[in-house]
Amino acid sequence: MTDSTATTDGTAVIRLTAAETAAKIASGELTAVEVTEAHLARIEAVDEKVHAFLHVDREGALAQARAVDAKRAAGEKLGPLAGVPLALKDIFTTEGVPTTVGSKILEGWLPPYDATVTKRLKDAGVVILGKTNMDEFAMGSSTENSAYGPTGNPWDLTRIPGGSGGGSSAAIASFQAPLAIGTDTGGSIRQPAAVTGTVGVKPTYGGVSRYGMVAFSSSLDQGGPCARTVLDAALLHEVMAGHDPLDSTSVDAPVPPVVEAARNGSVTGMRIGIVKQFRGDGYQAGVLQRFDEAVEVLRGLGAEVVEVDCPSFDLALSAYYLIAPSECSSNLARFDAMRYGLRVGDDGTHSAEDVTALSREAGFGDEVKRRIMLGTYALSSGYYDAYYGSAQKVRTLITRDFEAAFGQVDVLISPTTPTTAFPIGERADDPMAMYLADLCTIPANLAGNAAMSLPCGLAPEDGLPVGLQIIAPAMKDDRLYQVGAAVEAAFVEKWGHQLIEEAPSL
Amino acid sequence: MPGITREEVAHLARLARLELKDEELDHFAGQLDDIIGAVARVSEVADQDVPPTSHPLPLTNVMRADEVRPSLTPEQALSGAPAQEQQRFKVPQILGED
Repeated sequence: MTDSTATTDGTAVIRLTAAETAAKIASGELTAVEVTEAHLARIEAVDEKVHAFLHVDREGALAQARAVDAKRAAGEKLGPLAGVPLALKDIFTTEGVPTTVGSKILEGWLPPYDATVTKRLKDAGVVILGKTNMDEFAMGSSTENSAYGPTGNPWDLTRIPGGSGGGSSAAIASFQAPLAIGTDTGGSIRQPAAVTGTVGVKPTYGGVSRYGMVAFSSSLDQGGPCARTVLDAALLHEVMAGHDPLDSTSVDAPVPPVVEAARNGSVTGMRIGIVKQFRGDGYQAGVLQRFDEAVEVLRGLGAEVVEVDCPSFDLALSAYYLIAPSECSSNLARFDAMRYGLRVGDDGTHSAEDVTALSREAGFGDEVKRRIMLGTYALSSGYYDAYYGSAQKVRTLITRDFEAAFGQVDVLISPTTPTTAFPIGERADDPMAMYLADLCTIPANLAGNAAMSLPCGLAPEDGLPVGLQIIAPAMKDDRLYQVGAAVEAAFVEKWGHQLIEEAPSL
Repeated sequence: MPGITREEVAHLARLARLELKDEELDHFAGQLDDIIGAVARVSEVADQDVPPTSHPLPLTNVMRADEVRPSLTPEQALSGAPAQEQQRFKVPQILGED
């Protein structure tokens, strides 16, 4: 550890959980400014190697920390995460602070408004340290598609940290922040969590506002919490979630009791289903071994584990790679070089339409261009019924499979992703190989369910983290935390510590 | 159905307002062909009598009261504009000379 700031018992501040940090700030053992400075020093020391952040907002973070300390000094009651630092995925708008979505097309843009998630974090006294790296427009599973260069996995800097939210997962796995926020369209919170040995949750679709979250595929995109423990994820979930009149797809219902569930982990008497389809060729042996051990842990804790058949899941990946590109081709039409963002070729010889096409060519990277064209193809006349129309039918069939499964079991489980972190560059120009990373995570996006990934050990063959995925019915997000907390406690007892403690100190 | 040609990629790029370079046309043609070949499996269900799902939530017409509320000022709205004039977005020529 390069960090020297320690608590009274000698623990480095940066290694505390968010819950512990908040408690120490509330009790006066630490100030929010001390906590923020410790994390800024850690970023300074290691982020040159990791490249988790695209922008560090040093002044903004310290100003927010000072405000929290002033509130406490004035005797005001602090929220459960007041003064806790957080790394925010660069897809959420932040007023006056750069927001690039990992794309050159938004380089230098300073949004004139805060996303609802940003605003809720600020209102809760959370200290936003900066903006994290990501695959451009959240399209990717490795963060290699960022226009600003890749992020390293803190367990092995030559490997990918997952994607699209690789900056967020790497930031918490390298103790640059105890909390982060991601967005999950096909697995972009859960797969990075799995390959970095951290916890990531995709809330029920509509559970967290999308206002100010740059749109990729609007019927799938969902923001959610990233943390090193299940309880920390729950505390952040509660701060982010809830109805927002500014997002017409936001669910107008109470937030599921996720924190209470995380504090009362238990699977006794629960029925848990293993998705039969998520096994077989393409799954790394060590991933399956750790998954099978997690199943035994669940059985040991008193759960009844059964196999569940979800036959339509075999078509989920194909349906996703038609639906998501179709929606993206429409959503990204707004980048027309007229109102904000990059403009190229405005030299008096080109028409507005030419300038739009030249700017998009210069501003978008390969994966974004591929998906825009794929979506344009899938939606074009003559192909619409066979591709987009069929994909929408598959979506119905997948939802029905989930409904049938949840008639038999309380939650479903699977490996989060078929392999551990692969080397940077290995799949960079092979789109289909890259897409397979999302095989197990996509069905929950298509149906709108809640899902979590949490660590279940290191694969014996490469010593890299493996993730366990838990899927719950829509608006039953609390079940993820109830099961996740029980599994986490059992593993901590077995290992003697959280898995992340085994990560290299950098 | 698959078999995406260079010409088709050029057509898609025009529809999508992407001024692709020549070498990109070849590169993307092969890749798009691979992807479409793989995802074409969904057409297995094309003949099934299944209603389509476009969205996970059964929401329609979420309305709010038509009230004046605080919003961005003209200065804020124009703050990211590549070019502006007289409190408006300034754009390149849209219509031809004649």
